[in-house]
Amino acid sequence: MTTLFTSDHEWLRIEGDVATVGITDYAQQQLGDVVFVDLPKAGRTLKKAEAAAVVESVKAASDVYAPISGEVLEVNEELSSEPALVNSDAEGKAWFFKIKIADRNELGGLMDEAAYKAHTA
Amino acid sequence: MLARDDIPLKRTRLHALHVSLGAKMVPFAGYEMPVQYAAGVLKEHLHTRQKAGLFDVSHMGQIALRAKSGRVEDAALALERLVPQDLLALAAGRQRYAQFTNEQGGILDDLMVANFGDHLFVVVNAACKGADEAHLRAHVSGSCLVEPLADRALLALQGPRAESILAKFCAEAPGLRFMDAGPRKVAGLDCFVSRSGYTGEDGFEISVPAQQAEQLAKALLQDPDVLPIGLGARDSLRLEAGLCLYGHDIDTTTTPIEAALEWSMQKSRRQGGARAGGFFGADTILSQLAIGAPRRRIGLKPEGRAPVREGALLFANQTASEPIGTVTSGGFGPTLNAPVAMGYVPTQLSPNGTQLFAEVRGQRLPVRVAATPFVPNTYKR
Repeated sequence: MTTLFTSDHEWLRIEGDVATVGITDYAQQQLGDVVFVDLPKAGRTLKKAEAAAVVESVKAASDVYAPISGEVLEVNEELSSEPALVNSDAEGKAWFFKIKIADRNELGGLMDEAAYKAHTA
Repeated sequence: MLARDDIPLKRTRLHALHVSLGAKMVPFAGYEMPVQYAAGVLKEHLHTRQKAGLFDVSHMGQIALRAKSGRVEDAALALERLVPQDLLALAAGRQRYAQFTNEQGGILDDLMVANFGDHLFVVVNAACKGADEAHLRAHVSGSCLVEPLADRALLALQGPRAESILAKFCAEAPGLRFMDAGPRKVAGLDCFVSRSGYTGEDGFEISVPAQQAEQLAKALLQDPDVLPIGLGARDSLRLEAGLCLYGHDIDTTTTPIEAALEWSMQKSRRQGGARAGGFFGADTILSQLAIGAPRRRIGLKPEGRAPVREGALLFANQTASEPIGTVTSGGFGPTLNAPVAMGYVPTQLSPNGTQLFAEVRGQRLPVRVAATPFVPNTYKR
């Protein structure tokens, strides 16, 4: 199991041909108190860099972009009733959606944890 | 920090204190202001409603208006030419909400006017203060001196504990009622204290000599019930209280009647009143008061959890191609634990309970016209 990161502060946990996607702890700190998460519908096919989800804090709405292309297999319904999970457990329980990896080459452009740490330092 | 046009941002006297308290500073109305502190917008909002919050609002304009005759009545009459409010009847020691109007009946700014016995004390919005001063000079300088009080800072202490906290520094504070205002000693300093604010909570605004502002702010923050509150929570608090934000909910294109602010216009300035009209835009404003305005500012409660924000278009139904209105303020109300918004709609769609739809990211979300304030105010009347 590998975890990769994007420069837009998303994480992807790769398990076989499925990636679980969320936003990083750094991102949730920048956003502040999350009050609403708008998730994509399961079955939707996302193109890399397309707006896939929205995270809203008291003050503002921020887009979450698809880090890779593929079909949305499952979304985390728990975030609808408990958006504050994004603040308390961004890189764990507050995953956003699972996506079927359409093109493994797209993973090549992502960062490992050390590179992401350097990116946010 | 630079503003968009590379003009250096101004700082209030409390800038160093904000930074030391962990504030995130942002540009606002030409100033570098705290948008939030370490606690974050949500906690700051809830703390203000539960205990007390301290706000630095020193960016706002404070102006003394003195009649050359020395009679405060002459200053009141001069200022009445610029606002649709009765200021002559404003008693010494009292404060009132008002609007500067233009010839079309639009709102140039909203303001607070207090009668300090021998002169008027006016508080205006930061973004408008230069234009407001020029407007005052252009129209009242024949009979009045317009004196911007640039050497004063302005603090707001808001929330249910505000009275008992301020009482420790100003024994007279508990004796004030909502909209009482006047010079008072606070911690021995020459302050102007009013029982008012912009949160819907009981509370006070304290004008303090700029040099002593930090000293007073630190003294108030010593109380464990007081948290510093940034502009983020100031905005969510005023939104829940149903209060207008100038430049968003009201501007030069909205009249006081469209903005549902006719409660602030006393009878004497209305048709048939002792000093009816006589302010800019009176024809439009008094006609709208008599026969109704084409559109009205209304409160909106989204039925789902998604915040509906400023700029969202409003539709009469799911399929209509033409919008019927716009959201002018919107976000999440932490006390309600639900989204809330304000906007303008045609008057026939303004009754409470009317179902409308707001377009958010291409989707039509159901919203309902709702009474404001969304959270009941707790003013000590």
